[in-house]
Amino acid sequence: MNFIPGDWPLAENVPQSERPLAIEARGLVKRFDGFTAVDGVDLTVPEGSVYGILGPNGAGKTTTLRMLLGIIDPDAGFRRILGAEKPHDVANLIGYLPEERGLYPAMKAVDAIAFVGALRGLPLNEGRKRARQLLEEHGLGYAADRQIRQLSKGMAQQVQIIGTLVHHPRLVIFDEPFSGLDAINQGRLERMMRGLAEQGTTVIFSTHVIAHAERLCDDVAIIAGGKVPFAGPVDVARDRIPAQVRLETRSGGGSWRIALPADARHETKGNGSHLWHFPLAETGVEPLLRALIEGDAGVLSLSIERAGLHDAFVAIAGEAAARALEEAAPEETR
Amino acid sequence: MQGRLSILQAAWVICRRDFTAILFSRSFVFFLLGPLFPVIVGVMAGGVGQRVQQSADVPALGVMMDKADAVQMEAAARTLHQRVGLDLPELRVIGTEGSLTKADPEQELAKGRVIAVLSGTPAAPVLTGPQEWIRRWQGPVSLMSAQAAGNGPRAYPEVALAPVIAPDAADRRGRLMTAQGAQTLLFLLTMLLAGMVLSNLVEEKGNKIIEILAAAIPMDAVFFGKLFAMLGVSFVGIAVWGTVGASVWMAAGSAVPHLTTPAVGWPLFVALGVIYFAFAYLLLGSVFLAIGSLASTVREVQTISMPVTMMQLVVFFLASYAMTAQGSPVEIAALLIPFSSPFTMLARAAQDGSLSPHVFAICWQTIWVLLLVRGGASLFRKRVMKSGPARQKKPRRWFGRKAPAMVPAPAN
Repeated sequence: MNFIPGDWPLAENVPQSERPLAIEARGLVKRFDGFTAVDGVDLTVPEGSVYGILGPNGAGKTTTLRMLLGIIDPDAGFRRILGAEKPHDVANLIGYLPEERGLYPAMKAVDAIAFVGALRGLPLNEGRKRARQLLEEHGLGYAADRQIRQLSKGMAQQVQIIGTLVHHPRLVIFDEPFSGLDAINQGRLERMMRGLAEQGTTVIFSTHVIAHAERLCDDVAIIAGGKVPFAGPVDVARDRIPAQVRLETRSGGGSWRIALPADARHETKGNGSHLWHFPLAETGVEPLLRALIEGDAGVLSLSIERAGLHDAFVAIAGEAAARALEEAAPEETR
Repeated sequence: MQGRLSILQAAWVICRRDFTAILFSRSFVFFLLGPLFPVIVGVMAGGVGQRVQQSADVPALGVMMDKADAVQMEAAARTLHQRVGLDLPELRVIGTEGSLTKADPEQELAKGRVIAVLSGTPAAPVLTGPQEWIRRWQGPVSLMSAQAAGNGPRAYPEVALAPVIAPDAADRRGRLMTAQGAQTLLFLLTMLLAGMVLSNLVEEKGNKIIEILAAAIPMDAVFFGKLFAMLGVSFVGIAVWGTVGASVWMAAGSAVPHLTTPAVGWPLFVALGVIYFAFAYLLLGSVFLAIGSLASTVREVQTISMPVTMMQLVVFFLASYAMTAQGSPVEIAALLIPFSSPFTMLARAAQDGSLSPHVFAICWQTIWVLLLVRGGASLFRKRVMKSGPARQKKPRRWFGRKAPAMVPAPAN
């Protein structure tokens, strides 16, 4: 999808850490009939970033987003959205795509988009004009005057996404945007989200698919059991786990072995070489290299593999949450 | 860049969407056809009722003539009824010409036993009574008088009309019928609309639109928008029905049932009807919308709204009863209870011409509308987007066996 909606020129050349916050939430709590769905969530989302909220089903992602949007009020905590403490005060600057997509079945596509825009303060006629233009741009011009009930599920989803962006929001929140989309449309949506961020629009999305978060996000909040054990840059999350060293040597032993951790995994390959896997020590790779050379280990290859977000998620949220995440994720996206 | 919407602007967006969507939907056609069914049933039931009424409650024409003339008039009426099958008023001999003074017919009318009084002689009959009744009976009386005088059908005597202005028993009865008709129409319309607004909301919850609305505008605006959209739809419906009704009335003329002019006059009665309808709908509509916010399925809505519907029936019966007991504590209670007040006051407008009670009632109902709409909106806001796990039920013990605990299904 090729979306160039609002032009919010703050992102250019400003380091993310110095940008103003699109969202600031502290200690958000929400209880339902004695069940604590969200338990003290803290989030800070810099403007112009792509921010993922990653967690398994039931972790509290949707409830958190609903609190940020003002759909429900938190029982405790503080939130500030684009500088406003009441989210509805800046509703005209926000776009929202809920997980459970909803459109009036009897409405024409063009009217449905204009209506969603009108809810955000866009005059109806202007909304219709933009809707036709955007539908044309997305190859859906022929469906502009068709009722939503006459569209396929994928087309209806595209109409709803256009509706989310028709008023040129400064902050867009997507709740599980990839669910129900095929691989091609998932790719399009990813490109669109990147395009929005490049234009300075802040994009927040929730997902239970690590791959999407890993590909798209600058920052991520990992949520499990209503708590956020980690929120910050994806790189920092990965760095929670030491990088893995993959070493292949001709020799199977020698004085250099002292430089390897005791629990390093070892296997002998068919050609007689030896393969070693172990976490990179805090001291770095140099002492290891020196020992290997001095001990004449016969290094065939050495690579350092950075931990993936999945490993980081396991380390941060625990095995159970990771299992739940994997069970919820569709096969092709794992 | 566009600015954010105020509550009124947001309510207008919802109202405009709902109004046009309902107006161009099939449900609006059914809404327009809806009153036809009670009318058809009413006509059918009226046919049966009319027969019963003909034997039990025929409007009587009092005869105040010489005894011989009175006997001749009765005989003439019987003859005409048998030979021609004419639907003549029931004659009730209530005096003889010899004992009459000028005021006597009006005194007889005030007693309420007859609708009009026939005096004079068969050759020169005088008909005293309310304008509409004596005009209606002028022809039949002329026919009966000619028959009684032995002249028919060659010459028909001129019937002198003596209209009386003071309301009589017939007027009271007619106004009671007008009041009853208006009350029933108001009740049917209110229930129909409240039901429609409820199903509209449940449909939206089913369509998942409600979350998009809730994220963009305050829930109060959604509530007000929906409530007033349906009110607008109902006004369109009333305009359509009014036009059709007026056309039928003008085309059919005397063939349609005659409704007595209400005590406050038709223009004011219609205006008060619109006001009381708006109040009745806003009161019931806000209760139904609040109910809709508590329910997520049509079945739940039916379960929750059933007691309210039954309560509304009770309220209607109370207002109907109060209609026949003006000034009684029952009528005052019906006037003060917010849900029955519009029905009671509309009936009063048909029967009593004084306007000050309406000023009081309108103020009183305005207060209740504001309270209930605010309360309904507040409940709507709190409940309509309620998320989270299904309520964890306590495991029950059935005959000593422990039921398994419900597993909570938290929201994402």
